[in-house]
Amino acid sequence: MSRPPAYRTVGLPLLIGADTPELGCDRCFDLLDVYVDTELAGDAADQTVPGMRAHLVGCPACAEEYRSLLDLARTPPTG
Amino acid sequence: MTELGFAQDPATVGAASVVPGEPSPAARDEESARWLCGLRPGSTDRDEAIDRLHGLLLRAARREVVRRRASMPNVTWGELEIAAQESADDAVVAVLDRLASFEGRSRFTTWAYKFAVLNTSVTLRRLAWREREIPRDAGDWPLVIDLAPGPEEVAQGIDLASALRRAIYTQLTPHQREVIVALAVMGVPIDVLADRLGTSRGALYKTLHDARAALRRSLRDAGFLASAGKEDTP
Repeated sequence: MSRPPAYRTVGLPLLIGADTPELGCDRCFDLLDVYVDTELAGDAADQTVPGMRAHLVGCPACAEEYRSLLDLARTPPTG
Repeated sequence: MTELGFAQDPATVGAASVVPGEPSPAARDEESARWLCGLRPGSTDRDEAIDRLHGLLLRAARREVVRRRASMPNVTWGELEIAAQESADDAVVAVLDRLASFEGRSRFTTWAYKFAVLNTSVTLRRLAWREREIPRDAGDWPLVIDLAPGPEEVAQGIDLASALRRAIYTQLTPHQREVIVALAVMGVPIDVLADRLGTSRGALYKTLHDARAALRRSLRDAGFLASAGKEDTP
C-alpha cells in the first residue's frame, strides 16, 4: 500500500462549489456541443447556456470533456 | 406515413428532410445538412455515411487517447487502441440512435464528437483507475485549501481548512462525506466512483452538490463566508 501524502491541497471551488445555479452532468452533456460552438463563434456561451460554466468549475470530469470537445471542434483531426 | 415512407414520428419531424438534396431544417450549415441527409434511415448513401462517421469519431477517440497518454502509464498502447476503437463504435451507435434529437443548435460534427469524447473519456478513466482502490476516508493528513480565485469572500486559509474538515465530519451524511472526500479531496473521477458504488454520474453529482451546499452553510454560520445565496437555503 502506498504511503499517504503529507498533505492534500484542494481548490476551494471544488470543495464548496458556488452559490449560483448550475447544470447537472446529464444536462451538461446534452448542451455541451451548443456551448462549445457558441464559444467558438465568439458569442456569449455563458448566456446561451446558463449554468454550464458553474458546472464546469465544479465537475472535473465534465470540464475535461469540455476541453476535449473544444479542441476537436476548433481543430478537427484529419486523416 | 409520409409519401416517402418515413413514419411521421414527432421526434423526427424537422430532424431530417424527406426531400433528398434539400438542407435539413435542423441543420444550420451545409456540412451538417449533408451529414443528416446521408445518415437518415432510407438514405441510399447511408452505409457510406456511417463509414465516414465512424472514421470521424475514431479520429476523435484517438486524439483523446494521445491527449491523456501521459497520465496513464499503467495502460498499454494496445489497450488504448482497443479503447479508441470500442469508444468510436459505441459513439456511432449513440449518434444513430439519437439522430432525431439533433436540433441544429451546433454543427453536426461538434454534436457527434461529444459522444466519442464521452465514451473515450469514461473508458480511459476506468482503465487508469482499474488497479486503484477508492480511498474511503480523508485520513488524518492536513488539508490545505488553495485560495486561488473562488466564488466568495473567505477568511484565512488555516482556520478555513480546520473549519472545513470539521464540517465534513459533522455536517454531512456518511454518503455525502464519502462522495465529497472521494471526488473533491482524493480526485477520484466521478464515473469511476459511480461504477464502484453502483450508481450514476448524475446521482453522484447531485449528492456532491448537496454536500457542498451543506459545507457552505456551515462556513457561513462560522463566519467564513459572506451572506447566503438562494442556492444554500435548506
